[in-house]
Amino acid sequence: MSLTALLVAAPVVAPLAASAAAVKLGWRRSVAVSTVVAALVVLTVGAGTLVWTTDGGAVEAGSWLRIDALSGVMLIVIGAVGAVATCAGIGYLDEELATGHTTANRARWYGVLVPLFLAAMVVAVLANNLGLLWAAIEATTIVTAFLVGHGRSRKSLEATWKYVIICSVGIALAYLGTVLVNYAAKQAGVVEHGTLDWTELVAHADELDPGVMRLAFALLVLGFGTKAGLVPLHSWLPDAHSQAPAPVSALMSGVLLPVAVYALARYRVIAVASVDPGFVRGLLLVVALLSLLLAAGLLLAQRDYKRLLAYSSIEHMALAVVGVAIGTPLAIAAALLHIVGHGLGKAVLFCGAGEILAREGSTRIDAVRGLFTRTPVLAGLFAAGLAALLGLPPFSLFVSEIGLIRAGIDAHLGWVMAVVLALLLVVFVAISTKTAGLLLGAGPPEPQGQGGVATMTALRESTVVPLTAGLVALAVLGLVDWPLGALLHAAGQIVGTP
Amino acid sequence: MTTQWLYLICGGLLLSSVMVLWRRELSAIVRLLVLQGVLLGGLAGVLAVRLDSVELGVVAVGVLALKAFVVPSILRRVLRDSGEARETEPLTNVTASIVAAAFLTLLAYAASRPLVRLSPSAETHAVPVGLAMVLIGFFVLVTRRRALSQIVGFLLLDNGIATTAFLITGGVPGIVELAVSLDVLLVVLVLQVLTARLRTTFGGTDIDELRELRD
Repeated sequence: MSLTALLVAAPVVAPLAASAAAVKLGWRRSVAVSTVVAALVVLTVGAGTLVWTTDGGAVEAGSWLRIDALSGVMLIVIGAVGAVATCAGIGYLDEELATGHTTANRARWYGVLVPLFLAAMVVAVLANNLGLLWAAIEATTIVTAFLVGHGRSRKSLEATWKYVIICSVGIALAYLGTVLVNYAAKQAGVVEHGTLDWTELVAHADELDPGVMRLAFALLVLGFGTKAGLVPLHSWLPDAHSQAPAPVSALMSGVLLPVAVYALARYRVIAVASVDPGFVRGLLLVVALLSLLLAAGLLLAQRDYKRLLAYSSIEHMALAVVGVAIGTPLAIAAALLHIVGHGLGKAVLFCGAGEILAREGSTRIDAVRGLFTRTPVLAGLFAAGLAALLGLPPFSLFVSEIGLIRAGIDAHLGWVMAVVLALLLVVFVAISTKTAGLLLGAGPPEPQGQGGVATMTALRESTVVPLTAGLVALAVLGLVDWPLGALLHAAGQIVGTP
Repeated sequence: MTTQWLYLICGGLLLSSVMVLWRRELSAIVRLLVLQGVLLGGLAGVLAVRLDSVELGVVAVGVLALKAFVVPSILRRVLRDSGEARETEPLTNVTASIVAAAFLTLLAYAASRPLVRLSPSAETHAVPVGLAMVLIGFFVLVTRRRALSQIVGFLLLDNGIATTAFLITGGVPGIVELAVSLDVLLVVLVLQVLTARLRTTFGGTDIDELRELRD
């Protein structure tokens, strides 16, 4: 097998193999480990693209799959978040089984669906065909439906129903947008038989009909915006994120939402060449600012720490979309770094939140007081994750937020950046005041959980190690340009426009 | 000759969408979806003749099988298990719904002007029908309260998109079409399982019961 084929096939095949193993063997240690290995394979290939694609090159497999620097960054996000979430998932699921919160059969489904979820997202970022990109993103809705409903309570069922209905409708609108792009391409005669090759479309984007592309892009923003948790079809997100098992929430927040933003970045570069660039930027900025406003408002009123994290995901995706809207290579690179940082931070926080829930038995913020006094390691990891999420140095979200603001000011969007900064300040105050009591407050808490809470004292290694690794990676990325800098820069050149 | 068939089918597609707003019995609504599936298969068939495309002929058969037989049979099973025959108290009454459908159709005509302008032909002149179906499907989705009605809204929306896709480009590339069809089928199956769970958990499929998760 040639190296090229291996490079493209490995990140898809590895998770599929792990999934097949789970079908055959059910949930057991070897299956869990093979899923972690699959995520690491994805990460390795992503890291490998540093060598292959930073000079603007790409690895192609037929006309359907292709790895360029942008795909490389996304592979790194999927691999890194996937590794943290699946590794922490081992302890999570063992605990669920031990306490009788789940059954062997449902654990098997979990083992089957999580790697399938990874594979679908890998296909989405490798797809050079926009139809395939759409299909892969839609597949994630189906695959994750039963993962969101894993808990089988009234609440998780409600969350699942809303998730499937809203995301199916949203992604259907994105399909309509894709069909219109196909139509415009066919009429322009640039692509034979109306195929949806992204590289072809970018090369001939200025020949596409502006009227059709304007409608198409609006539908795509609405559709992929749904999957990214953006206004107006965002309402599934806090419910699904708060009800799904913690590692699944981590994957949804850290990878699923960014893949939808990635799709928008791919489409934006086609749209700006065919439609009035002001329309493209304006539309993306309106959606992003409204999402940011919504997130800030609801964070202020939040009483549930898992929902708090969910709204923070909306906030961070909105920031990434601000970067895509600005659209300069610097802005795109900053948005991608933000996506990497958010993914790692959220993986740490959601997995940490899962541990807190398992210990304290409640997701209400006021039900958990003084976590530092009882489980200092967990509280420390959670606090560091929150610091990263709030954009404090040395973590990389500090750097990417500065980069975004700088890129916005360079693009003469000073007033927009002022609004963004003001909203970020609101978010900062909201999250830090809400979580201060959870972490630092004093006094023995009322035991809220079911029996067995007291017996859980030590954190598992399979939880501490990935969470710590995630935080270290975040700090390294915040302090030095290495190793991602060149790749981010190359990716910025691909979908960025000066 | 095929042009008249084309317009007749498109008229039928729009009418069957509006009829969904009018009928209250869920079984009648499922029958309307069967009719719509047949019409959609017919549309692909007529276009296959017009464009002289064998691939589109195959797609027509597939669409007919999926939308007129497989999906409705799943819906019938949901209906039979649920024991709920009627859509009780939708958020808007029939008159208001029909007026809304008229407005949505006008909106579809306005929105599709750039699509028609790019390539004026018999097919693209019928595109507003597809967009109107999308909008009506969306309307059903937000105003109906039974789980099955929401699935129907999603299917109307999806049929509208399929209609649009056939009319403007003679369908998307075959493999994408396959992925889309498979996807619709899987979504409906997922929703079937969820409806059964809703019923056992909430004792009914009134979506208004789903109100525990709020801010």
